Amino acid sequence: MHPAPSVIVFTVLSGMGFGLLAFLGAGFPAPSGWPAFFHWGLGYGLAVGGLLASTFHLGNPQRFLRAFTQWRSSWLSREAIASVACLLALAPVALSDWLGLGWPRGLGLVGAALALATIFCTAMIYAQLKTIPRWNHPTTPALFMAFAGAGGAILAGQSGAGAVISALLVAVLLTAFRIGDGAFAARAQTLGTATGLGTIGPVQGAVRVFEQPHTSPNYLMREMIYLVARKHVEKLRGVALIGAGIGPALLLPLTPPTVMGFAVIALLHLIGAFAARWLFFAQAEHVVGLYYGQR
Amino acid sequence: MTSLPTHTEKKLGLAIDLDTCVGCQACVTACKGWNDQGYGAPLSDQDPYGAAPSGAFLNRVHSYEITPDHGAAVIVNFPRSCLHCDDAPCVPVCPTGASYKRVEDGIVLVNEDACIGCGLCAWACPYGAREMDADVGVMKKCTLCVDRIYNDHLPEEDRVPACVRTCPTGARHFGDFADPYSTVSQLAKQRGGYDLMPDLGTRPTNKYLPPRRKDAPDMSAPLAPLLDIQATGFAGWLDKVLGKI
Repeated sequence: MHPAPSVIVFTVLSGMGFGLLAFLGAGFPAPSGWPAFFHWGLGYGLAVGGLLASTFHLGNPQRFLRAFTQWRSSWLSREAIASVACLLALAPVALSDWLGLGWPRGLGLVGAALALATIFCTAMIYAQLKTIPRWNHPTTPALFMAFAGAGGAILAGQSGAGAVISALLVAVLLTAFRIGDGAFAARAQTLGTATGLGTIGPVQGAVRVFEQPHTSPNYLMREMIYLVARKHVEKLRGVALIGAGIGPALLLPLTPPTVMGFAVIALLHLIGAFAARWLFFAQAEHVVGLYYGQR
Repeated sequence: MTSLPTHTEKKLGLAIDLDTCVGCQACVTACKGWNDQGYGAPLSDQDPYGAAPSGAFLNRVHSYEITPDHGAAVIVNFPRSCLHCDDAPCVPVCPTGASYKRVEDGIVLVNEDACIGCGLCAWACPYGAREMDADVGVMKKCTLCVDRIYNDHLPEEDRVPACVRTCPTGARHFGDFADPYSTVSQLAKQRGGYDLMPDLGTRPTNKYLPPRRKDAPDMSAPLAPLLDIQATGFAGWLDKVLGKI
């Protein structure tokens, strides 16, 4: 799949933002005064900024309100609703923290749950697609939840939780790489089965592309067949594992809990997260590529 | 609503004969031509006369080569368009309700006024049936020429999809698969019409009719017929005379 920068930026930043909002909503930490303003502001900024970035890849973003209507069937619609509900539910909690109003924090727990629901919905948009075997697996929601948890914990200044979830993230990443690499082959779908010409009817045999249906790439090939730079997979996987998971897991318990310390670790995590998310798209292969003899 | 209907009254679709398709691309052109002017935004092209032409099409014809275990290779031309699936995976993923499947005839359509152009339906389709129009930013797909097949202003013979009407070899058949006695149902039954990638559970309406086995000369002694050619008429007389000299 084509790794569109707007989608990578959106999923990484908003995932991290909603992760932070989940921690703040649950009261870990529960800041007050101006620190609360900046902490909540960071969470809202990342979450909303990510959502705005996601509109850049839409053909007609001005119709976005319609995306709130189809929650019964569409994970994308559910994501839209959960994200806005989360931002609304946490607004009074953030206000109370900032101005020291002392309002009850019950709504914070609701908002934290909605933040987790948003991340899950985002992941399910990808995990539901049977056409992309690498994504069509429980490791996809696990991956998105682990990324949001680790990133959120680092930004929330939760050294203990951050180290544990970062270590968990390493395990999830390794599992997703391992299962994902065999996912396409496991479906046993080839040009011969996709066209039926290899297995059905009186004339069967080895099938190959004789001539392409068009001479220059179309939307399908640009969007779903991505062959560039897969050669750097091993290095990028290293960057993802060390940056997003191993680094933070080791550094968080050793670093003094200062804003600067967490900022550096957050940056390290972000580099790893971007590498991992780029791979998530660039390595995903869509079955429609079979008809073109490419993946 | 993007939930799929549990039942459709008709199942309109195509039976595509891979045996008779000659790969002339006339259906591609007819489809593009008709959908430049009728239903929804016209199918656009980008840089059509330049170095890198590109455009949205609703129908593409591939060309494959089958090498059987015995005998010569066979070329099969393979039209690919929307299969109007019973369990269309493109419909429930739509966040806006723009994608829908009609209860009355099973046609899968896009309401272009509600489409935000997120592209998720195209990701969900295993068959590459949907292409985003780069000009207007909405998803385009085969409408089964819904603006032709019910159009009383057209002569009756034209009330079929443009690709079917134009096919010079009659490789494309249009009809109702819910009716077991329709031409398309009978064709699919007689010729072993099959679904594409049935394991994905999409239950396509369109059926592909497999290529037939080609007639082949007996290759055991390919020169044998030349040994006993009996010339007749003038050639026979000449043969006799020349043989006696």
